[in-house]
Amino acid sequence: MSTGFRASGKGVSVRLDAGEVSLLVALVSQILDLVEPGETGDDPIERALGIGSAEAPSDPVLARLFPAAYAEDDKAAGEFRRYTEATLRDGKRADAATLLETVEPGTVQLTAEQAQAWLRAINDVRLALGVRLEVTEEVHEEIAGMSEDDPRYPAFVTYDWLTYLQDTLVRALW
Amino acid sequence: MGSTAPAEVERPSSDVRPDVPWLTIVWNDPVNLMSYVTYVFQAVFGYPREKAEKLMMDVHHKGRAVVASGAREEMERDVQILHSYGLWATVQQDS
Repeated sequence: MSTGFRASGKGVSVRLDAGEVSLLVALVSQILDLVEPGETGDDPIERALGIGSAEAPSDPVLARLFPAAYAEDDKAAGEFRRYTEATLRDGKRADAATLLETVEPGTVQLTAEQAQAWLRAINDVRLALGVRLEVTEEVHEEIAGMSEDDPRYPAFVTYDWLTYLQDTLVRALW
Repeated sequence: MGSTAPAEVERPSSDVRPDVPWLTIVWNDPVNLMSYVTYVFQAVFGYPREKAEKLMMDVHHKGRAVVASGAREEMERDVQILHSYGLWATVQQDS
């Protein structure tokens, strides 16, 4: 198991084995599959400005990745979404792509900028898993008390590992 | 020759009244880590660690916290950046 991230030069580094790399690649690729490129209208001005749809995504993971910006004003939330979601989608895709381009077995050395992309990309995976696994704040206690025969066990262990990885990344950047 | 100066966009007066600011609110969720949320507040708003930690604890214990206030456009920009980090953030006018 990886010992997590540590500060290294002007950036951060982490040692990952082949299995951990495969896992990260698989999970981050799923985010890339799920978060399609930001779609804009056919109007060239709308396209240039990244103006897209005002409709909230129906998939619960996408709804969590792109939450409503106004809790009690659907019209304002729709307008905000129209002007921001395409850009946010492209940003999440770029973060995922950066992780996929830089991850490899052995020591991964990241610049400060790449580390930010990893931070957001790992968090997107955790948010997605969190929705699918219906994670609560008691997730650590839940995993500790879970039987290894529980069909949910591997997914929860993966979630726990990503949590560890992300926490060490934050602390390495501080 | 056309001007490159942006057109003045008039916002309803309520949007610019300095005495009724808009708020950026972050809501508690079970996935985002306490360390990560603190770090994001520091990175996005430039808050010192102590202030960022206090806001994070408010989110954690009270379920939500106002993390910034000001003009509507600024709050919407904050929320967009917070969404890029995966935080659950909303905008609303102070009441």
